[in-house]
Amino acid sequence: MVSKKIELLVGLFVAIGIAAILMLALKVANAGIAGNGETYQLYAKFDNIGGLKVRSPIKVGGVVVGRVENIKLDQEDYMPIVTLEIYSNYDNFSEATSVSILTAGLLGEQYLGLDPGFLDEELDIGVLQPGDFIEDTKPALVLEELIGQFLFSQDSED
Amino acid sequence: MLEKIQSLGHNTIYIIAGLGRAMMMLLSAIVQVPNPKKGWPLLMNQLFSVGVLSLLIIIVSGTFIGMVIALQGYTILVGYGAEASLGPMVALSIIRELGPVVTALLFAGRAGSALTAEIGLMKATEQLSSLEMMAVDPLRRVIAPRFWAGLISMPLLSAIFAAVAILGGHLVGVDWLGVDSGTYWSVMQAEVDWSNDVLNGVIKSVVFAFVITWIAVYKGYDCVPTSEGISRATTATVVQSSLIVLGLDFILTALMFTN
Repeated sequence: MVSKKIELLVGLFVAIGIAAILMLALKVANAGIAGNGETYQLYAKFDNIGGLKVRSPIKVGGVVVGRVENIKLDQEDYMPIVTLEIYSNYDNFSEATSVSILTAGLLGEQYLGLDPGFLDEELDIGVLQPGDFIEDTKPALVLEELIGQFLFSQDSED
Repeated sequence: MLEKIQSLGHNTIYIIAGLGRAMMMLLSAIVQVPNPKKGWPLLMNQLFSVGVLSLLIIIVSGTFIGMVIALQGYTILVGYGAEASLGPMVALSIIRELGPVVTALLFAGRAGSALTAEIGLMKATEQLSSLEMMAVDPLRRVIAPRFWAGLISMPLLSAIFAAVAILGGHLVGVDWLGVDSGTYWSVMQAEVDWSNDVLNGVIKSVVFAFVITWIAVYKGYDCVPTSEGISRATTATVVQSSLIVLGLDFILTALMFTN
């Protein structure tokens, strides 16, 4: 027969184990917020995406509003197309929104920065609908190109 | 020359026959209609001796391994001014590798050896034969609850190890060395992925639990029923399951974490 004490200790053990798994999921991996929730998709075409990766954050003024879902190359003009997965509670971006690839710190990860434009009915600037392309994109800064331009401008000054 | 080939053949047949016996034992122990009324108390007792009694060593070693990784990682990362990455470094190395593997090695030493010795002594003192005489299936009565208890408790132990180790890393990194607490957690949350890291770690520990408990109960059930045989079987359990865990870990890591 099983004594009450053993049952109690086993129950406690299983409870601690489940609590540990929950802690790993919620506190460490933050699964509850990052993974779930309604999202919608926007697209953006860049000249150069630099070091942008799938699951890189998308930020407006430093606040994460979504994640990069997919990166692929347009077969016709060979420009990268980035699929943006935006949380549904941020669904009011204007068509004048611009998106640029920024770097967190000097050596940090690259992320997408959205610069929300304004809505203007007279100029016929409406809200971005799911599936729309963001027209105004700024490519990533590539250090080698910058150095190249710098050297070139130095040469032309001489 | 001919003798060598013969001994090679002998060893091969011996190994394959052993694998076959282990498989037969496992199948006949776990493939059966469950009987909750009889099986539940047996499982409870085994969960106690396999799981609850292993808690102390798991918690203590988890805390210290987390603390050591935080300390070592900090001294290296601070040289690059990257001590903000201490959180993900501790969390990823614990969740992906050290949690499942160290727990498995400790589990093999703490619980696996005990299972083998217990079952081996039951065999040596002919308790298993007596059970059969009384028309009680020893596979069902002795092997099955121990196997399930190991399979259930090791993933839980591994999760507890990981959680405690990350808290230990927090203790050293934040409370002692002065990394910001918010940075420690938030950078960790940004880097650690639920399905990619946590779930794969759990899958690893389930695989290790299966292998270790299987080896432990089989070695006990199959041992030579003498005092020397029991001691050999116990050693073989710890050595073989540790080696297999380390080898399997490489294969699982190669499958899970390479793109």
